Amino acid sequence: MSDNTNHKEVSYLEYQGKYRGILGWILSTDHKRIGLLYLYTMLLFFSIAAILGLLMKTQLIAPGETIMGPQTYNSFFTLHGIIMIFIIVVPGLPAVFGNFFLPIMIGAKDVAFPRINLLSWWLYIIGILIVLTSQFTGGGPPDTGWTFYAPYSFQTPTNVLPAVFGAFVMGFSSILTGINFVVTIHRMRAPGMKWLRMPLFPWTLYGTAWIQILATPVIGITLMLIIAERMLGIGFFDPALGGDPILYQHLFWIYSHPAVYIMILPAMGVISEIIPVFSRKSIFGYRAIVLSTMAIAFVGYFVWGHHMFTSGMSGRALFTFSFLTFLVAIPSAIKVFNWVATMHKGSLHLHTPFFWALSFLFVFMIGGLTGLVLGALATNVHLHDTHFVVAHFHFIVFGGTGFAFMGAVHYWFPKMFGRMYDANWANLGWGIFFIGFLSLYLPMFFLGMSGMPRRYYDYLPEFHGMNILSSMGAWVMISGILIIFANLIRSARSGPKTTEKNPWGGKTLEWQVDTPPTLENFDEIPAVDKTPYDYRDYAENTNS
Amino acid sequence: MSEEKTHMVPYSTQIAALLALLVLTGLSVAITQLEFGGYNTLAAMLLAGAKAVIVLAWYMHLKYEKQLFPVMVAAVFVIFLLVLFVTFFDYSYR
Amino acid sequence: MTIHRDDLADKFGMWLFIFTELLLFGMLFVVYAVYRSMHPEAFRIAGEELDVALGTINTVILLISSATVAMSITAIQKGDKKRCLQLLSITLLIAVIFMVNKYFEWGAKFEYGFYPGSDALAELGHGTILFFGLYFFMTGIHALHILIGIGLFIYVMLQVKKNKIHQTDYIWLENTGLYWHLVDLIWIFLFPLFYLIH
Repeated sequence: MSDNTNHKEVSYLEYQGKYRGILGWILSTDHKRIGLLYLYTMLLFFSIAAILGLLMKTQLIAPGETIMGPQTYNSFFTLHGIIMIFIIVVPGLPAVFGNFFLPIMIGAKDVAFPRINLLSWWLYIIGILIVLTSQFTGGGPPDTGWTFYAPYSFQTPTNVLPAVFGAFVMGFSSILTGINFVVTIHRMRAPGMKWLRMPLFPWTLYGTAWIQILATPVIGITLMLIIAERMLGIGFFDPALGGDPILYQHLFWIYSHPAVYIMILPAMGVISEIIPVFSRKSIFGYRAIVLSTMAIAFVGYFVWGHHMFTSGMSGRALFTFSFLTFLVAIPSAIKVFNWVATMHKGSLHLHTPFFWALSFLFVFMIGGLTGLVLGALATNVHLHDTHFVVAHFHFIVFGGTGFAFMGAVHYWFPKMFGRMYDANWANLGWGIFFIGFLSLYLPMFFLGMSGMPRRYYDYLPEFHGMNILSSMGAWVMISGILIIFANLIRSARSGPKTTEKNPWGGKTLEWQVDTPPTLENFDEIPAVDKTPYDYRDYAENTNS
Repeated sequence: MSEEKTHMVPYSTQIAALLALLVLTGLSVAITQLEFGGYNTLAAMLLAGAKAVIVLAWYMHLKYEKQLFPVMVAAVFVIFLLVLFVTFFDYSYR
Repeated sequence: MTIHRDDLADKFGMWLFIFTELLLFGMLFVVYAVYRSMHPEAFRIAGEELDVALGTINTVILLISSATVAMSITAIQKGDKKRCLQLLSITLLIAVIFMVNKYFEWGAKFEYGFYPGSDALAELGHGTILFFGLYFFMTGIHALHILIGIGLFIYVMLQVKKNKIHQTDYIWLENTGLYWHLVDLIWIFLFPLFYLIH
């Protein structure tokens, strides 16, 4: 393109490329626009899945059938799981904030393969559409749960094939994003940005991208095997033909456990960005965080069996997986320690992103520690497939990734849209959401410990009290979400404009470019000569 | 990078690699006639491994690439073998 | 936007894609290992049903095609467009022959009534069902990759003809070559595991 005389001042939002209007977005190879495309898609589907969740909690407000029967309930938790896992949290932070900020934070003009990046988004949309057809065609909505466990997944008359194939296509999208990020980080860092001068969010994206590359093909082939099983009766997972259903569980979790780290690692990266900025203090133990990120990515690959403690594995496999599970807790704990130590003697600035980061620490610790309860063999036998498990992974996946996602939105919002949100409404939304979250999920721990199983639309009368609390928490949490979304959507359209480059006092490169960024991010690629969170100047200024 | 030097592998090297691959193929067919007890599969896998190394090193140019590439390839094979190994913690002791 | 060319990045991306393919097939090898360890004897007997001669021929020609692709890269580096196209034509021809052989091989199995879900297979016991399930699934996915390779070679040859791929810009050819070697690499392991079980 030859018009580089005047487009320097125009932001990526106003830039007029080859196409106009909506085509200028859905055919754009600009990493920032692609990031926003993902954000809008996720916003839509998060709302749908959250409503499904709300309806399920409403069904559980009293024993027996209140608003839906068992078959509806089964298809609801299946669709809720598929949307939340495959459409929201797995692509989540990398696809939205990774796309938008990874190139800027390492001082690049775009990702390594911009057109493949756009292809990723299109594959993602195509995958979503295929999954959606499963709801309206064939034998009715799938009722297998998002795990598609064999042998039920090839015996149920419901429409499992499109759901499985859609997830397969979305896997492709995830792989391509991973390839893009690894190559971008290797080849396109600004001059002087050595590996150990890279900010921590890109570091976690790097670990995540490797998991996406090395684990996603496993789910790809596993889902193909389910398709072959349903269509051809190939027999790999069918005990009647000699197959072993537990092998399906192995293959499924060889991907799906690392997928949990695809979800949580970038969340840890976001928190590692927010905490030093609002503490005005260099991050404590930068190298330890980098190392623990890579350690989680590696060890996390070999702990899949802890989802199968009651499936009938050999005793030796049981304690191997239990041991490895306890190992992977160590690097996570190191990070929590580092974040708390960063805040220690910092100059804390209480803004919305920091509230989200603080509450992340709180719920992540509960989620992590209850994970150890489930990782221990003896307690697992008691708690397996109860509401305890549901509470645990909602604390990690929603409490971890979800809180970090909200923190990231509120942190980077002014940079992305060039407008500011209303801080009072944002804080209020956070408070209501947090209270709702805790009263929704904390009772589930107690319900699980007293034996209420998951994935049933009904329960025994003695569980009634806690379920009322939990269901009311769901309504409170949804109110919080409504306030947050309304505030953000309104502010993105008509909030007060800002062109301030660095509203929070951040040190990483995204706070040195224009607000909102120009098409090529940088007029001139910056040279980097120090670590990413150097707040020595702040300390000197306040001491003198 | 376009300014980096590219390595040209002479035709003769590639023919030599092909001959080696064909000899190894002949060997792996031949040993099925012999009786090594349980070691036949091991021998077949070792021969296949040798062929894989030839393809990776010469045809896929790993011998001439930056060191990062062979290290990554080796890591991927190690991860695969570890997954296989850990899976058999279950299947060997059922 | 400045057109930014980074051949090493392109090759890097291709290698990462190859890793995903390796793990994709890798998991099938895990399935294979598990079921063979459960039914060693049935796998051995079922393996003898496969046509070793045809398998060996396919192995040999696939290795030759790998060599010709590698040599076509040397040719383009030397600027020898004609030689490059000749070598690629041989590769393409071999890929097609491989598929023809596969067609006859599978066809013969179908004639015996050996295909996934068939009654003839169901009578032969669990090990045999699993062996042929794996055989069809793994060689099937592999054959799918050969077909994709055929498409890629046609595209690359057209680009060479149009001088879009030339002495100083041949990353498409190089990456297609890498892909083809991957297909070869998988076959190197499939061949002994199915045709040469002892």
